[in-house]
Amino acid sequence: MMLDALYQEIILDHYKHPHGRGLRDPFDGEAHHVNPTCGDEITVRVVSDFSDISYDGLGCSISQASASVLHELIVGKDAAEIAQIHEAFVELMQGRGQVSPDEEVLGDAVAFAGVAKFPARVKCALLPWMAFKDAAARAGVDVGVSPEVKA
Amino acid sequence: MTFDVARIRADFPILGREVNGHPLAYLDSGATSQKPVQVLDAVRAHNERHNANVSRSVHTLGTEATTAYEGARAKVAAFINAGTPDEIVFTKNSTEAINLVAYSLGQHLKLGPGDEIVISEMEHHSNIVPWQLLCERTGATLRWFGITDEGRLDESALDELVNERTRVVALVQVSNVLGTINDVSRIAARARQVGALVLLDSSQAVPHLPVDVRELGVDFIAFTGHKMLAPTGIGVLWGRFELLAKMPPFLGGGSMIETVTMGGTTYAAPPARFEAGTPPIAEAVGLGAAVDYLTALGMAEVHQHEQDITAYALKALADVPGVRVVGPLTPEGRGGTVSFAVDGVHPHDVGQILDAQGVQVRVGHHCAKPTCVRFGVPALTRASFYLYTTTEEVDALVRGLDQVRKVFG
Repeated sequence: MMLDALYQEIILDHYKHPHGRGLRDPFDGEAHHVNPTCGDEITVRVVSDFSDISYDGLGCSISQASASVLHELIVGKDAAEIAQIHEAFVELMQGRGQVSPDEEVLGDAVAFAGVAKFPARVKCALLPWMAFKDAAARAGVDVGVSPEVKA
Repeated sequence: MTFDVARIRADFPILGREVNGHPLAYLDSGATSQKPVQVLDAVRAHNERHNANVSRSVHTLGTEATTAYEGARAKVAAFINAGTPDEIVFTKNSTEAINLVAYSLGQHLKLGPGDEIVISEMEHHSNIVPWQLLCERTGATLRWFGITDEGRLDESALDELVNERTRVVALVQVSNVLGTINDVSRIAARARQVGALVLLDSSQAVPHLPVDVRELGVDFIAFTGHKMLAPTGIGVLWGRFELLAKMPPFLGGGSMIETVTMGGTTYAAPPARFEAGTPPIAEAVGLGAAVDYLTALGMAEVHQHEQDITAYALKALADVPGVRVVGPLTPEGRGGTVSFAVDGVHPHDVGQILDAQGVQVRVGHHCAKPTCVRFGVPALTRASFYLYTTTEEVDALVRGLDQVRKVFG
């Protein structure tokens, strides 16, 4: 039962058919993040007007689906909207399953609500989002201060 | 006497619990073993009845604690057939033991540019990083053995790799990923020929098979208590006494001195020289009890049981679609550690779904990233067995893998 909360159809779908995967040029900022405990890796590239976000990585279904959802949610939005989405996602992930996600803001990312109940997997879901934030900063765009990751 | 797994399991209270509504199938003994009541009781009895600091008290409790601590040292010495208990240095784990040798032996050998240290691609990070650090400090060069496609040490370049410039050879005795048992006799002989010293990382060997340091013909071995039924926080370095006696201290502090003045210090003889500060006393007592438990069962019998379970598991996994075992495919010359990839499914996801069935396996790079890279995978799922593992637990693993296919199919 618990597993169904983690492996939502939406997550498995993004994992098997990722959106926007593959590194593309041109870009203004790039960040490579790793999860040293499990070896998952992701590289995210950001164009400063967010007309494209590209990524490539190695990892589990949760981290890879999370990257796909991030791409889908964020491409074409402005910095203020992105900051709101980013903050909502981090809050959801750190909510230990107690936070009700707002589908208006988070779209497919609401499917990750179940992941928050698995502390060992929260880092997987956050990996692309933290890499994105770094890449955006390197592109000269501040997407808001999100709380420190305490997974 | 037959090896009675049911009776052994009765000694391990944790094996009776459930996980996520299923009977626990603990297949992660390579990470840490479970502890029998005999060990848990020994630690509790020590703390309840004999607790005091060691090696510095004239009072009764201090004497009892010292006797227990030194008694554990003697048991460990006998267990691996060391020449004397003074060749047993208690550390906090294998990692500390290897760092101790890298630091103190590195000093003693006065390593510098032109000297070479040889390790292998099969090592745990704990037998890579200390040597990399030593090379950075001294300018020595790090070299390594590769791994064959079958998961064995590639000794084809032995005479070139271990040469007159080689000062230390540090190798894993049993791989924590591939399960390979390395017969190091040829390498040790070559090292002796060129005057190099040999250290074995025996973390996955001493808990699982008979280890006789005099037969091995090496200079140091490192292993850890928590993988052999004992508590965490107690590890062992065995070294040939004449070498230990020449090596400078690793950590400085109480208990490792002969005399201290404000102008300088002289050091105690080994093993005290390498045991600065209050050691893990109750943990050492627990290790002594673990050694008693293993000795009573017989290490040859423990190894045989794991061989039987491994043969069963290798056969069962060969029949699971999409599963590829990395490492030797037959039980000969391998231990009870079986790592595998599942087509199209990341090990994290495999581990998560197995956990939902009560099956506890390790996933990830197993602190051996170069080994994973050698086999072209970022991570693996690993099932590792011990003296309490049953074929039913292997069956639960196989059923769990069917479930993995259902979720990700």
